[in-house]
Amino acid sequence: MSLLVTDQGFGPVPALPFVGLDQIASHRGALDLAQTDAPEAALPYLADLACIRIAFPSVADGRGFTLARRLRALGFAGTLRAQGAIIADQYAMARRSGFDEVEIPQAMADRQPQEQWLARANWQAHDYQSRLRA
Amino acid sequence: MYSYSDFDEAFVRNRVAQFTDQISRRLDGSLTEDEFRPLRLMNGLYLQLHAYMLRVAIPYGTLSPRQMHALADIAQTYDKGYGHFTTRQNIQFNWPKLPEVPAILSALADVEMHAIQTSGNTVRNVTADHFAGAAADEIEDPRPYAELLRQWSSDHPEFQFLPRKFKIAVTGSPNDRAVTRAHDIGLRMQRNAAGEVGFEVIAGGGLGRTPMLGFVIRPFLPVEDLLAYVEAVLSVYNTLGRRDNKYKARIKITVHETGREEITRMVEARFAEIKPQFGGADQALLADIRAAFAPPKFRTAPTIGYEAARSKDPIFRAWADTNLAPHRHPDYAIVTVSIKAHGQTPGDATAAQMHRLADLAAAYGHSDLRISHEQNVILPHVHKSDLAALHAGLSEAGLATANVGLISDIIACPGMDYCALATARSIPVAQDIALRFDALKLEHDIGPLKIKISGCINACGHHHIGHIGILGLDRAGVESYQITLGGDGSQDAVIGEKTGPGFAYDQIVPAIERIVLAYLGLRLAQDETFLQTYQRLGIAPFKAALYPPEAVDDAA
Repeated sequence: MSLLVTDQGFGPVPALPFVGLDQIASHRGALDLAQTDAPEAALPYLADLACIRIAFPSVADGRGFTLARRLRALGFAGTLRAQGAIIADQYAMARRSGFDEVEIPQAMADRQPQEQWLARANWQAHDYQSRLRA
Repeated sequence: MYSYSDFDEAFVRNRVAQFTDQISRRLDGSLTEDEFRPLRLMNGLYLQLHAYMLRVAIPYGTLSPRQMHALADIAQTYDKGYGHFTTRQNIQFNWPKLPEVPAILSALADVEMHAIQTSGNTVRNVTADHFAGAAADEIEDPRPYAELLRQWSSDHPEFQFLPRKFKIAVTGSPNDRAVTRAHDIGLRMQRNAAGEVGFEVIAGGGLGRTPMLGFVIRPFLPVEDLLAYVEAVLSVYNTLGRRDNKYKARIKITVHETGREEITRMVEARFAEIKPQFGGADQALLADIRAAFAPPKFRTAPTIGYEAARSKDPIFRAWADTNLAPHRHPDYAIVTVSIKAHGQTPGDATAAQMHRLADLAAAYGHSDLRISHEQNVILPHVHKSDLAALHAGLSEAGLATANVGLISDIIACPGMDYCALATARSIPVAQDIALRFDALKLEHDIGPLKIKISGCINACGHHHIGHIGILGLDRAGVESYQITLGGDGSQDAVIGEKTGPGFAYDQIVPAIERIVLAYLGLRLAQDETFLQTYQRLGIAPFKAALYPPEAVDDAA
């Protein structure tokens, strides 16, 4: 069981037909990327993809944040979802890097209930990057 | 001096509240220890050998008297009455209690300071030349760029969980006082043929267990591209840097394994991707920051008092000869206050000394203080006519040691007296070397000599770039000190060469003495420095002095 976290709080995870990079030629709108995948491989498909989900295997592994930022820089306009070992304290980082939503396991939701994530829903405040990049 | 904007102020206050909340969420079980640790570290809080340690950033080494007074008050209220200036322009408090940390962070925020990203796998406190804005050889004050980088790196969403820590240093002078080649990114200001100012960008330097000097990844970077380019380097590093082995996770290893050419190509491609994301707001902000670093209004007054004091007082003269550096204004001097009194812990200042330094900076130093990576305090703007009064004020507080750049001006990491990682003591070795050469009355005769001591392979004491480097190791439960010679942290940076077998704790000071006495016998003239003699003759004659035949027999 997983939950989807957005700025509105917890919700159910929409079921999407994710495929990995190895099957991208036959995708049906949803792509799964490992934190080690290069986004260049998905470049020809970006316009057709509705959702890209990026794996976070551990709380200490920040590769997914850069991957998200790069996908946005390369023009991806669909939904970006972070999935895996992400804590509420990283929610603002995920949103600022270009993610729309975060998929977390039920056990994480039990330990860090909704209000701890909603406390970071104000991710647009106190953000140096938005000042510097304008 | 830069003063917090409302945005900076709100950011730091918000961060204090966040970390306070994270501490309680650790206590109520919302955060596991593995989840809490990186959050604790990115807020500057370490778990040391005996207690927590709070490392406070002193961005680009610059402090106002008000900030120095506040640091003294924190040392008095929450610590044991002293603070420790580090080799990366931070101050460490070694004895804070966890429940009091939020109060300390609030006290810091009251004076526009913080402990953000002084630890953890983040972009650390950006360091700069401690003579910035005063040095006679400077192209431009590097601190506005360091402040811009501070803001850019603060809570940067992509780079809070890097493979490993990331250190940036910036200098505005051709004489490199910021050790840029030993940093993950070093920025050295240059002027191109058209007279425009930009940076030579150096990447992939770092000390630690595999010391490497950085390479020039971009010979000339226009200043307006600074953030986009630095971000490109970080972006490539965050993607490629190894996460399977913390000893191979620094960018120096990434560069080594990927190759300079390939990583340069990748960074340039990433830079092209990122550059359009910066629309000019950073340059507008930079202009504001630059204005905040405008030089003080220098005073025009006779300097005759200085000459008179020099000829009258030999103690003042000795101090002036070692502790002053040329200022860009001919009537001014840059004063380095030694925090290396013989026999004391290098870099430790008491609350009373900090208060005194703050008062003296207000009275005689245009209210400007700097902390150097060499663990001393700088008053960058002192009118020569005020030097004698300043010296008197320093003397009363035990701050007038005349040893800057000399053998007792030693960089030492905290070592086994404080640090959980250390494999040997470093502070007592520094103290004993200083006391020994003070007793021999040879210090001034020996002249410029940089000794740097690390108590473990992580090299916080920068031993690889010491003219004499000392590395304390643990050999089967016994401290053993390895010596390197010929290291250099300047613009001509060199990693020192190992001499051979290590020395026991009680043998390291005599070993250093043999090296130094050999130098005194070998130099061509009194003005040939230790490093010059070493560069002329190589390691052989020093090895011969270090390992006399009978000692080799003992070792065998």
